[in-house]
Amino acid sequence: MTRIFIPKDIAALAVGANKVAAKIEAEARARGLSAEIVRNGSRGAYFLETLVEVETAEGRIGYGPIAPSDVVSLFDAGFLSGGAHALRIGKTDAHPFFARQTRLTFARCGIIDPTSLSDYAGLGGWRGLARAIEIGPAATIAEVTKSGLRGRGGAGFPTGIKWKTVADAPADRRYVVCNFDEGDSGTFADRMIVEGDPYALIEGMTICAVAIGATKGYVYCRSEYPHAAKTFSEALVLARQAGYLGSDVLGSGLSFDIEIRMGAGAYVCGEETALLESLEGKRGVVRAKPPLPAHKGLFQRPTVVNNVLSLVAAPTILERGADFYASYGMGRSRGTMPLQIAGNIRYGGLFETAFGLTLGEIVEDIGGGTASGRPVRSVQCGGPLGAYFPRDYFDTPFDYESFAARDGLIGHGGVVVFDDTVDMSRMARFAMEFCAVESCGKCTPCRIGSTRGVETVDRIRQGVKTAENLVLLDDLCQTMKFGSLCALGGFAPYPVLSAMRHFGEDFGPRALAAE
Amino acid sequence: MLGASTWNADRAQEIVDEHLSLEAPMLPILHALQEEFGYVAPEAAPLLAQALNLSRAEVHGVISFYHDFRHEPAGRHVLKLCRGEACQSMGSEELAEDLFTKLGLDWNRTTRDGELTVEPVYCLGLCASSPAALIDGEPIARLDATTLGEAVDEARGL
Ligand SMILES: Cc1cc2nc3c(=O)[nH]c(=O)nc-3n(C[C@H](O)[C@H](O)[C@H](O)COP(=O)(O)O)c2cc1C
Ligand code: SF4
Ligand code: FES
Repeated sequence: MTRIFIPKDIAALAVGANKVAAKIEAEARARGLSAEIVRNGSRGAYFLETLVEVETAEGRIGYGPIAPSDVVSLFDAGFLSGGAHALRIGKTDAHPFFARQTRLTFARCGIIDPTSLSDYAGLGGWRGLARAIEIGPAATIAEVTKSGLRGRGGAGFPTGIKWKTVADAPADRRYVVCNFDEGDSGTFADRMIVEGDPYALIEGMTICAVAIGATKGYVYCRSEYPHAAKTFSEALVLARQAGYLGSDVLGSGLSFDIEIRMGAGAYVCGEETALLESLEGKRGVVRAKPPLPAHKGLFQRPTVVNNVLSLVAAPTILERGADFYASYGMGRSRGTMPLQIAGNIRYGGLFETAFGLTLGEIVEDIGGGTASGRPVRSVQCGGPLGAYFPRDYFDTPFDYESFAARDGLIGHGGVVVFDDTVDMSRMARFAMEFCAVESCGKCTPCRIGSTRGVETVDRIRQGVKTAENLVLLDDLCQTMKFGSLCALGGFAPYPVLSAMRHFGEDFGPRALAAE
Repeated sequence: MLGASTWNADRAQEIVDEHLSLEAPMLPILHALQEEFGYVAPEAAPLLAQALNLSRAEVHGVISFYHDFRHEPAGRHVLKLCRGEACQSMGSEELAEDLFTKLGLDWNRTTRDGELTVEPVYCLGLCASSPAALIDGEPIARLDATTLGEAVDEARGL
């Protein structure tokens, strides 16, 4: 029977994928055609959603973006055998957006039925875990260390070293905690893989458990992602039934299980110690370090806290080897990064590639420039705490060090594009407002400084004592940078300062005069 | 879609009891209470305090820390409109202003007929299809004033 793939990723549902699926099913029935509809995850080309694919002798042929009103014409065109249609993109894999990617972590995402265990195993699933069990904890940690994998949650800390610290800490219990808070606006890679390939996260966490000797794992999922939580919960049940979790993982005698917990709408709970407080049922207030979570984490036990993407990289590293993974990337940024190209962008979506493309290549060549057709003015990378870069910085290679050298950060890989209608003093105001709303309240510079920051930007925008207020804003930023305990207060100044530095003309008359 | 049932102490106690076997059950209980009643009533604090062996002030501190937990019932329909930067780059703030002018609303307010509450949300992970929102939990994206208005009307059965 012909198989038709229609994504159930939430971003596809948001543009009508369920209606498209219902329409295709009804139309097939009306025409007496038999076809099996598979609800896959998204391949990540969100500008093509709803992307309908048909399995043919030459491979999967894609049609997109399909609206419910296109369905009748698809059937008229004979799409079930790959027929010609204005929205036919040809072989999906050959589409430039996919052909240019290096999909290691996202290899299965959008291809398979997310919760099908046979699909997962059929495309390499569980091989990394089997190898970890075979070579044992020390060699598993050595492999992850050698791969050069750095935490994908933002701070870029070497994952293997974190695992080793936890493994070496004496304890009666150790925990693996997956940070699925994905609070950075402009990012959706964690969501996409959990919705599209949830067993990869289960496998990654279980590899970590083998490596550090953990018996229990938690996934802390932001409450904005109920759809992903549902898919993941289904996958947990099926994985447990099949013996991939539980008291005897893959027949190894190891015991490990995972529970998912929902956050409650606090950005700061993505910070690892606030996350642990929240998991323990408390206010999500940041803990002073030391002690590190690796020594005293969840319930005071040694705990690995890793981002989703760090954990889902582990199966590939174990299956194909550290050298294979490390052969991608540049400098001290090894492997691939799933870029999330978002905002005012023509070809927005998830693009996994080795580190090292320039920002200009990402925005213009891959993203195709703005959706509005107007010139790109500014790009914010690394979420709400990331700097705004002007076009002059389009030559910056996408890697941890190159961005840091320009006072920017790659963070979780979000790239948000703005056209020339953006008002950068308004974006600076928003950065301060966001910090004020989300501050955990522990330090004064963050809690009070951000509120003062909003007021100061407002005065600048009103033209009140612009010169003095620009100096005051700069001072406030310096105080927050150096007087905050965590990166929320400490990095919120970066979008503000970068907006002032690169887009001074948006900050009133004095700035204009200084140009 | 939101729990419209009124506060019921027995049902609340049941919900608390159902979760007590979990490690650190506070947040799961609060979510379950909000799911059931549409908000976390002040009466919940003493129940939780007793079950978890905490002071009422501690429980209140937790409830008030998290943006998700409502202290009063929301309107019959809830629109969560994204204010993240990606959505802003596609005009979400203007979209919100338009809607507020049309309905005489603001963030976290409910229309006078109790039909619609609009809440801000900071990213839904739909940033390549901005502007985005959830209406009664259902995702909608690539919004403009017309499609947002239609979605709101449809949810309200207009
Ligand atoms: C305010 C703030 C928010 C954060 N949000 C997230 C998040 O949503 N997801 C995440 O993985 N890391 C987030 N982090 C980073 C975590 O503190 C931590 O570095 C990370 O979870 C470690 O995992 P990794 O080594 O795999 O990156 C945040 C940090 C700060 C200061
Ligand atoms: S910088 Fe802000 S969010 Fe971070 S610990 Fe201090 S008050 Fe809390
Ligand atoms: S910024 Fe609006 S969905 Fe991410």
